[in-house]
Amino acid sequence: MFRVLALLSRRRGRGRAALSVAGIALGVALGYAVFLVNRAAVEDLAASVRLLAGEASLQVRGGRAGFSETLYPQIARLPGVAWVNPGLELDAGIAGTERTLRIIGLDALRLGKPELLVPDKVLLSPAAASLGQKRLRLVVGTRIVELQVEGISELKGFAALTDISTAQWRLERLGELNRLDVHLARGADRERVAESIRALLPPGVQVASTEALEQASGYPSRAYRVNLNVLAMVALFTGGFLVFSAQALEAARRRGEHALLRVLGLTARGLSRLMLLETAVLGLAGGVLGVALGYALALAAVRYAGADLGAGQFRGLAPQLSVSALSMLLYVVAGVLVAVAGALLPALDAARTPPARALKAGDDQRLFQRVSRAWPGIAFILAGVVLAQFGPVAGLPLFGYASIACLLVGSIAVMPRVSQVVFAAVPLSSRPWMALAISQLRGAPGQAAVSLASIVAGFSLMTAMAIMVASFRDSVDRWLHRVLPADVYFRTTYAGDTGYLDPAMEAKIRALPQAARVQFLRSGRIALDPARPPLSLLARDYAEGTFPLMSERYARQPGDPPLVWVSEAVADLYGFEPGKRVELPLEGKRFSLVVGGVFRDYARQHGAVLMERADYVALTGDRRVNDGAIWARPGVAPAEIMAALRALPGGAELEIAPPAEIRDDSLALFDRSFAVTYGMEAIAVLVGLFGLSSSLGAIVLARRREFGMLRHLGLTRAQIRTMLAAEGGLLALLGAAAGLAVGAAISLVLVYVVNRQSFNWSIELHPPYALLLSLMVLLVALAVVTAIVSGREAMGMGPVRAVREDW
Amino acid sequence: MKRRAFLGLAGLPFAAWAAKVDYPRVVPGYRLTFPRDHGAHPDFRTEWWYVTGWLEDRLGFQITFFRARPPEESDNPSRFNPRQILFAHAALSDPQRGRLVHEERAARAGFSLAYAATDRTDVRIDDWSLALEGNRYQARIAARGFEFDFSFLASQLVLQGDAGFSRKGYRPEEASYYYSRPHLEVAGKLNGKAVSGSAWLDHEWSSAYLAPEASGWDWCGINLAGGGSLMAFRMRGKSGGTYYAPPGVSMKPLRTWRSPRTGVEYPVSMQVNDLRLEPLMDDQELDARLTAGTIYWEGAVRAYRENNMVGKGYLELTGYWKPMKL
Repeated sequence: MFRVLALLSRRRGRGRAALSVAGIALGVALGYAVFLVNRAAVEDLAASVRLLAGEASLQVRGGRAGFSETLYPQIARLPGVAWVNPGLELDAGIAGTERTLRIIGLDALRLGKPELLVPDKVLLSPAAASLGQKRLRLVVGTRIVELQVEGISELKGFAALTDISTAQWRLERLGELNRLDVHLARGADRERVAESIRALLPPGVQVASTEALEQASGYPSRAYRVNLNVLAMVALFTGGFLVFSAQALEAARRRGEHALLRVLGLTARGLSRLMLLETAVLGLAGGVLGVALGYALALAAVRYAGADLGAGQFRGLAPQLSVSALSMLLYVVAGVLVAVAGALLPALDAARTPPARALKAGDDQRLFQRVSRAWPGIAFILAGVVLAQFGPVAGLPLFGYASIACLLVGSIAVMPRVSQVVFAAVPLSSRPWMALAISQLRGAPGQAAVSLASIVAGFSLMTAMAIMVASFRDSVDRWLHRVLPADVYFRTTYAGDTGYLDPAMEAKIRALPQAARVQFLRSGRIALDPARPPLSLLARDYAEGTFPLMSERYARQPGDPPLVWVSEAVADLYGFEPGKRVELPLEGKRFSLVVGGVFRDYARQHGAVLMERADYVALTGDRRVNDGAIWARPGVAPAEIMAALRALPGGAELEIAPPAEIRDDSLALFDRSFAVTYGMEAIAVLVGLFGLSSSLGAIVLARRREFGMLRHLGLTRAQIRTMLAAEGGLLALLGAAAGLAVGAAISLVLVYVVNRQSFNWSIELHPPYALLLSLMVLLVALAVVTAIVSGREAMGMGPVRAVREDW
Repeated sequence: MKRRAFLGLAGLPFAAWAAKVDYPRVVPGYRLTFPRDHGAHPDFRTEWWYVTGWLEDRLGFQITFFRARPPEESDNPSRFNPRQILFAHAALSDPQRGRLVHEERAARAGFSLAYAATDRTDVRIDDWSLALEGNRYQARIAARGFEFDFSFLASQLVLQGDAGFSRKGYRPEEASYYYSRPHLEVAGKLNGKAVSGSAWLDHEWSSAYLAPEASGWDWCGINLAGGGSLMAFRMRGKSGGTYYAPPGVSMKPLRTWRSPRTGVEYPVSMQVNDLRLEPLMDDQELDARLTAGTIYWEGAVRAYRENNMVGKGYLELTGYWKPMKL
């Protein structure tokens, strides 16, 4: 019988129920979509590691520099090793494009692909095959090597498979390897074999289990993915909050009904169960709807933006969404749990209220009196401040996220108290509608608190994200200006391993009459830890001063080895600090170096090491370079230099750009990678605004009898409308002001904790004042409009009927 | 050398340059000399050392090392340039398992990890090897599913065909050099447990083994009870039936078996002259697509004359899946 009653009453609150379902559905949809896309991308990455490794249980990886092929038979003969597949894996630029292709050279016989034994044959991954080329033109040095496409292989990513002999020959790496897939003999102890392999490896070469590499393949994008997941959780949280505000008002509206049920024999526990069951049903509906919507979203996202959601994290992957019943169930359950959690407080309160008291009119305030106690909120805020002080957990800013959650929950919890204090302090106006509005806000702080909470939750998140993204973008912009001082930049090919300029080419460029000054850079990779992506090595002319230094400067002492400067990521991840002596593997040899300072680098997330090119050449003998910068002589236009560069032999294979173009490209990439963030933020804010208008509307509707009374007392409809507008406006103003304050606090956590720990770079704070101000105006205007519209609806019935409703 | 330099000048230094290989022909009248001809003949197109045998009267085993010289040779200076390719198959026929357990290895010769020596039988791919010392062959195969550590004591050497010149087709070059070592005495360990038995080794090399008209061959090598031996083969035509068989050899299918995995049908029981061959078990199919690019049947058989078992050996059935390519 109670179930039937619940259903009947539910029908009346249909609008609010629909809102709750929508809130939960949106949150679940976002969470599920992000989960699906991330998993697809990560599984794809891991599979690409597994695919060619086959059943190899250990892998030796040597980075770009690699190691001598004589290591191959040494390792193959170790006890416990059955056989080894020798490999050379390099990124090569595709001539005439900005793309690089991963060339994987392995023993084709051992892979079971004998068709690759014919010289110069390659198999392409499906993604690479989509270029539709029969011949593959790769940049090696400043020349072009042509390979023939034999077919398509089940490779992942943007890659080509070829025989090791072709790879060594065509990529000019005779005698070198950088990968060994080690297959263990039956019964061999993997750890022991790994130990004996490690003893043979030159500096910079690592051995790791294939599983570790599979995991590491997802590492570069991990922080980014976690960030997206947290954003999705925020959306779900706002959804849960919507349920709370809807249920709180619903409980207040139906307190008579609930009291009646109690009188009819329903226990207190039974009543709260009934209410929770109702919301669980809403949560279920929202969860199911959300999972369906999330799948559609993920499908659309992968199709139109790629698995990296536009961020360039998973270049060239073409992942498949894999849907499991378990994950779907989990997200539906999450929806139900959030809904039930949202309804918990109102349900418990309704159950605790003695039926006799609830049956009397004017007892709406109890729930909110309980909520308006300030100490739990203050405790949460303090916890948030404390949590922000901790370091990352396994490379993730988990404490930072927890801190944000605490700040948010805490500030929402103290809002009723704040509103009481603030509105008590506001002097009563002489204008009656204003006086009425203020006394209403003073007199019924509970109702106001629900609307306030919606505003604070939505607006603080909006503010925090806006400040964080604007600060980040501004910092990147300034940084780009700082690091691109020359007039023309050029490089061999887009980030490949195989392109380079030889000393002869360097001399020709230096001799260009249009150039006042030329600086060259040799780039490379340094692998310090097999479980992390390798560091970028930058050996540059006039290295010091290239990047803005973030630390004190260590001056080289007599007897010190050469200096290196490290990016913030290296300082954070490996503990390199100014003055510290470090050992780094360069071109297969280990060198002692001393850290000269820590610089800021937004371009290489996984860390960069910078050194003087003269030092690098002296240590390694490697005189090749990858890119350079040219300062024009006075009176020479950059375009003339660009033309002169192109006219050099081999100049056609250079990529040449003025700094403005590089800046624009970089910022466009930045905006693209934040596009998803913007979208998700917008949805979270939308949910918050839903909450605001629904709760405001509900309050107004609940006060119909009051309006009737006011009409009797002689107020015109216009005056009541003005009163409502003033109420809504004042409420929104307070909410927005509080939201701004909370948002600013959260943005500090985002900028100094979450971003720093996720991506290991520091950001300067640059709040977008104009944007925040206009958002605030928009919010207050929206609140005023909502109040007026709801008021018009509420006053649709005559004053007599409205008063009679007060039984 | 001249030609290559010219091509370089013509502006093709980065294009593949591969020359067609001129393989030596197998000719009648060549005198096989030992131990030299126990070793590899790297100039020829294909070569194999094929050991098949019975253990304890209830298990069959096969150890094969193949050597191949690719038809084109590139001037790639890389030490991985595949001028000589080696692959190996190893299989165990155990009726209790009901099917072959087999594994394969493939590698190019080089780095002393894979080679086929020319002075004596000594072939190796990683930790798989077969080598002749005096009259004794040593074979070590460390696979995931089984481990062989066998020695084969050889007492006989039979030159097949015309003093080791074995015709395989009607064209003069369609022939191989071929000798067998029947009645090898097996001693050693299977998965660490001592075993003994009797085996057969074939060593054969050729540059034109399979005529263009032929799709594959049926072969058997039987150690007969009295110390004698029988080797028989026929080359089958692409249109079915016998394309070529040595004079006096007749092979007729008696019973076929269809593989449930590949759907290929093999004549697992055959009448060879006056002998009836019955398999140790029907499913002795070997899927070697990864290395040899083919699927074949290679199984232990018992030989019967009327109803008396008179010998044991191996039957090989190739080209039933798709025409063989060597």
